[in-house]
Amino acid sequence: MSDYLKEIISGTWSLFVGLGITIRYFFQPVVTVQYPHQTLPMTPRFRGHTELVPDPESGGPLCIVCGMCEKACPSNCITVRGEKREGVKGKVLTEYTLDFTRCSLCGLCVESCPVTPTKAITFSRDYNLAGVSKEAYIFDLKKRLEAENR
Amino acid sequence: MHVDPEILRLVAFLVGVIAFAALNAAYLVWLERKEAAHIQRRIGPKEVGPFGLLQPLVDGIKLMTKQLIVPAGVDPVLFKIAPILVMVPAIMSFVAIPFSDTLVARNLDLGLLVIFAFASVNVLGLLLGAWGSRNKYAVISAARVVSQNVAYEIPMLVTVVTLVMISGTMNLSEIVGLQMGGFWHWNILNLAASPLMPVAFLIFFVCMLAETNRAPFDMAEAESELVAGAFTEYSGMGFGVFFMGEYANIVIGASVATILFLGGWDCPFGLFPGVHWFLIKMYFLIFTVIWIRWTFPRTTFYGLLNLSWKILIPISFVNLILTSAMLKVF
Repeated sequence: MSDYLKEIISGTWSLFVGLGITIRYFFQPVVTVQYPHQTLPMTPRFRGHTELVPDPESGGPLCIVCGMCEKACPSNCITVRGEKREGVKGKVLTEYTLDFTRCSLCGLCVESCPVTPTKAITFSRDYNLAGVSKEAYIFDLKKRLEAENR
Repeated sequence: MHVDPEILRLVAFLVGVIAFAALNAAYLVWLERKEAAHIQRRIGPKEVGPFGLLQPLVDGIKLMTKQLIVPAGVDPVLFKIAPILVMVPAIMSFVAIPFSDTLVARNLDLGLLVIFAFASVNVLGLLLGAWGSRNKYAVISAARVVSQNVAYEIPMLVTVVTLVMISGTMNLSEIVGLQMGGFWHWNILNLAASPLMPVAFLIFFVCMLAETNRAPFDMAEAESELVAGAFTEYSGMGFGVFFMGEYANIVIGASVATILFLGGWDCPFGLFPGVHWFLIKMYFLIFTVIWIRWTFPRTTFYGLLNLSWKILIPISFVNLILTSAMLKVF
């Protein structure tokens, strides 16, 4: 009989303890991120697709069109084109295309880039990748850089 | 043209009661989702309207645009009548509930009996709907609903009988009238009548959860075992009406608990009694019902029946005997 009552009382008490825990959570601040409106800051070492690094002074690409990344790429997904121009030292970048449908994000292109002190390509922090066609993933990185500068 | 004022009063209360029941059913869904979200430290509905307040409207439109599928092989009459059998008694019960000393559709002398009579029809609706669906999950659910409601109706009614003995009336307005003048007069703290009154309130509340098939006693629609139980074959507004009936029943249950134990429209400090106090208490109880749902996992079926037959029924009988002895002695 006393065991019966003890079990009822301890059982009822445990229910109130449980309710206490949930009501404390109820008044604590929300922890979820409201995704389309808010995004989490990505960590500095997040490896998204590559993008061109702008020259801090002119805003143009740092790329010297050596083609090392193109050669290093195991999936052949990078196309770099440049041309000589009057009065400009070295080559000028005219096209930098990344075929992201084939890219395996190995990062050999970034590793092989010889430009110093800052490499001319880097990993972007862009993880919102969604599209309706394959062509949307053939990135024109030069246009991306120009769009960012604007 | 002369119109009998009694007819106008009737129409006004009819419209008011249906609107109150429907609005509550719609916005309790919103409250449930918000409260569940905050207990899980989310926000809940927020996109449709400010604070997601238009969400119930959108949900309703969505349910109404869905096709009402009547599967082959169901009982055509029972299948269609069951949602109505759940919804109509819930709305009818509002007629007897006094929201304040003047705001009551019909001040019935046997108001308490009327409400419990209608509350039992709710089970019948679920049973017929499940049986008519011709679905094994629904039939299992129906068997559970019936045995659960039989088990929990007993302690609930024994507790209510205790209260009727103390009050000496079944008129809900009079029961509240006896509790006026501050929270120490409420039945939940009426320790002079029986020292077990707070326990009686707990028993009543637990039985109310079980009667309305709310978690942790939602064996009728235990989705991990029975898909959706009695509602498995229902789609569109057929399901929607079941859902609204369920929430209307919660409102009825919370209202009855407020009237019987928490002094109805009485202010805890004896100041400004009125309908607002009734609503505050009722919505606090509803908040607690939702709070319980999002705290405790579903019990097993045996645990559910054991709780009723081994704990709630003996204690409610002890309370009944104790109360009658106290009434006789003092």
